[in-house]
Amino acid sequence: MFDYESLKLIWWVLVGVLLIGFALTDGFDLGAAILMPIVGRTDNERRVVINTIAPHWDGNQVWLITAGGAMFAAWPMVYAAAFSGFYWAMLAVLFALFVRPVGFDYRSKLENTQWRKAWDWGLFAGAVVPSVVFGVAFGNLLQGVPLELDNTLRASYHGSFWQLLNPFGLLAGLVSFSMLALHGGTWLMMRTEGAISQRARRASQMLALAFLVTFIGAGVWLWMGSINGFALLSSFDANAALNPLTKEVAQTNVGWMANYVQYPMTKLAPVIGIVGGLMALLSSTSGRSWVAFLGSSLAIVGTLCTAGFALFPFIMPSSFDPAASLTMWDAVSSQKTLGIMLVAACIFVPLILTYTLWGYVKMWGKVTTTHINDNPHGLY
Amino acid sequence: MISEEVVDLSRLQFAMTALYHFIFIPLTLGLAFLLAIMETVYVMTGQQVYKDMTKFWGKLFGINFALGVTTGLTMEFQFGTNWAYYSHYVGDIFGAPLAIEGLMAFFLESTFIGLFFFGWERLTKKQHLAVTWLVALGSNMSALWILIANGWMQNPVGAEFNFETMRMELTDFGALLLNPVAQVKFVHTVAAGYVTGSVFVLAISSYYLLKKRDVGFARRSFAIASAFGLASVLSVIVLGDESGYEVGDVQKAKLAAIEAEWHTEEAPASFTLFGFPNQETMRTDYAVKIPFVMGIIATRSLDKQVIGIHDLIDQHEGRIRNGMVAYSLLEKLRGGEKTPENIAAFNDVKKDLGYGLLLKKYSPDVVSATDVQIKEAAKSTIPHVAPIFWSFRIMVASGVIMLILFACAFYAVARRNEHRKTWLLKFALFSLPLPWIAGQTGWIVAESGRQPWSIGEMLPTHLSASSISTGDVWGSLIALIVFYSGLLVIEMYLMIRFARLGPSSLHTGRYHFEKETKTELPVVPDTATPIITA
Repeated sequence: MFDYESLKLIWWVLVGVLLIGFALTDGFDLGAAILMPIVGRTDNERRVVINTIAPHWDGNQVWLITAGGAMFAAWPMVYAAAFSGFYWAMLAVLFALFVRPVGFDYRSKLENTQWRKAWDWGLFAGAVVPSVVFGVAFGNLLQGVPLELDNTLRASYHGSFWQLLNPFGLLAGLVSFSMLALHGGTWLMMRTEGAISQRARRASQMLALAFLVTFIGAGVWLWMGSINGFALLSSFDANAALNPLTKEVAQTNVGWMANYVQYPMTKLAPVIGIVGGLMALLSSTSGRSWVAFLGSSLAIVGTLCTAGFALFPFIMPSSFDPAASLTMWDAVSSQKTLGIMLVAACIFVPLILTYTLWGYVKMWGKVTTTHINDNPHGLY
Repeated sequence: MISEEVVDLSRLQFAMTALYHFIFIPLTLGLAFLLAIMETVYVMTGQQVYKDMTKFWGKLFGINFALGVTTGLTMEFQFGTNWAYYSHYVGDIFGAPLAIEGLMAFFLESTFIGLFFFGWERLTKKQHLAVTWLVALGSNMSALWILIANGWMQNPVGAEFNFETMRMELTDFGALLLNPVAQVKFVHTVAAGYVTGSVFVLAISSYYLLKKRDVGFARRSFAIASAFGLASVLSVIVLGDESGYEVGDVQKAKLAAIEAEWHTEEAPASFTLFGFPNQETMRTDYAVKIPFVMGIIATRSLDKQVIGIHDLIDQHEGRIRNGMVAYSLLEKLRGGEKTPENIAAFNDVKKDLGYGLLLKKYSPDVVSATDVQIKEAAKSTIPHVAPIFWSFRIMVASGVIMLILFACAFYAVARRNEHRKTWLLKFALFSLPLPWIAGQTGWIVAESGRQPWSIGEMLPTHLSASSISTGDVWGSLIALIVFYSGLLVIEMYLMIRFARLGPSSLHTGRYHFEKETKTELPVVPDTATPIITA
């Protein structure tokens, strides 16, 4: 049906789509939980925040789980090297995510102030940690990570958790944090009213500004060339099953800008990111919640595409041994597996989008404190 | 080389998190179906009590479901964090069912679970019923795909080793799907889940009946659970897992361990009811045997043999020697000597490459292993017999007790006197732990019986772990134990609290604790409408 080279490209796009799907949907769940302590001053107000996402957060989180599964199936070496290399960062995300299913479901089960406050903190931390860590991970991928592959393709990682928290990594963490918190802010503007919506509006203004500053700042940092990019030197047959150790890779000071020079259309990605941020900023100021939500959504799409386009074809460049860098050409599954997975994706992704949309339509409308008071035992 | 301590700790962590995950999963599988049945009766009859049943058991379902999701996340992360070489080596095959599980099952289950809880006012009766059935379908689909993945670990069909990419690659997706081990595992596991859900509803309903409160509610729940439970427990036992033990070398070793069959017996073999297996002396002390039974259970025939441990070790020694040849050829190929002769020779022996890799634990260099090391590796192909032997017997005993329970419960419901039979209600209440005991011991048999392999005959467990430090694994293991213990305490607290409160927790004003006169008057059972008896 497709040759191996096309399948490799398609799966690079599809993993990107799943990650964007995660950031767009679970992004506002995480963002809403981050903003909950600020926009929800009373227990009832915090319940309003939670109930805007109550019917959806679980389905939204599956985008992340499926992206992980797709990475396992399509890029097994990346899954292996990234999860074991970023061991403590991954565990931090995992432990943070633990709190969410139980937090959402158990919080409202008891009418005890201490109990509910404890879960509020849990939900807050459970949202902050993944939002920051995902950005930090991307920030480190752009700098290259100390990855080694031996002759049996066993991956070893020669760095620690603390080394991930370098200045550029942290800046990237701030980009993703402000981006996802902003997305939660515009979501709450749209789904709540009165004081809660007003507070969400003010938070969104600040966060949109923070996003624009950090996103542009990170771009300038890369553009100034103080971070070395990576470039593939050897030519190879993209249609073959490749051994990641046989290629030649060099670090260059124009590395991450090379794709933008070679394919000018890709410059659209950072432009969309910035336009989205500006839309969110202006519309949250004027109070047009729909446009603001569209803005934060565009900011997410633009940001993730910007990082993906810059890295292409690299996924996990290695600073320890550049030749051991993992790319979407040589860290992939067999042609057969990619083909079967593509068929599965073509059948199920449209189906998923359809019923997810149906769920949103059915549950649409503003969540209010009256709504909570009328149904204190049936809601979260 | 990864240290043995990292491997052992990673195994401990995996076993702990997997068994913990399987506290919640079977209840999700079973209760989802029971909820769908209850709601179907509600939509068909229009009786409010069935809606209340769906909502109340749904509340308990939610408390359990949250931890099922939480602990499931660990499982997905863990293959990468702690079993990175495994993930590289078999991701091409093993990753596919996991990704499809996400696309086909998790999305379905997780999207509709939100509508199940919050959609009562927003959806029509029929739409909501469809949502509930889709949750049940989603959870069962999820079991299907993860058991296809697990079945492949036990009996890796449809895949071949590729020396260029240094991993296993998929050759036949159909074989992966129709793997006989995966098929029986799926039926056995989901049916065990249905039994778990049924015992749960039966036991808690019995508690209300013993307390003589919410009798109408409890009797209807009891009736549905007894019928569904009887059908399910029969499926678990009749369609037991044993029929999957005929295929695959690892399954044969597991079967020999279950039965502690040290020497191959004449067919049909006898079943060791009781005894103390001793791995050192390779015999079972104080064995009590029943003739013929094991041969019939395990092979479903009177003339097929069940191969004993001694013979398996001899066979495996041959395969290890063959594997050494495969390994030396692999080194040549990886070194660049890709001559057609070398490739052809390698293809002839590569099915035994995994056996060669077993030697890596005993000899730094596979090719020059000594006879003693080879014998040691051959002996290691048999898992620890005693824990498997005992776990299996505990599982079967629990299953038999549950069969008796459901038979009695179903009979009593048919006679419409279950609420007056105190002994039956107590029997049901005290049987509550049984499905969990059976489920946990069942997985111990299945997975510790797979050792020393992570992928049967292909990849030894000791090569599968990540290149991480002992400190890393100690850290995550301790953090997981602390976190999981805390979560379990909270979950049990809520579960017991809401189970005790019963349907009064719905705040409808119709149930026991919401009525003015609580215990002064005997509660009149709501028997104006006939209860469903299957």
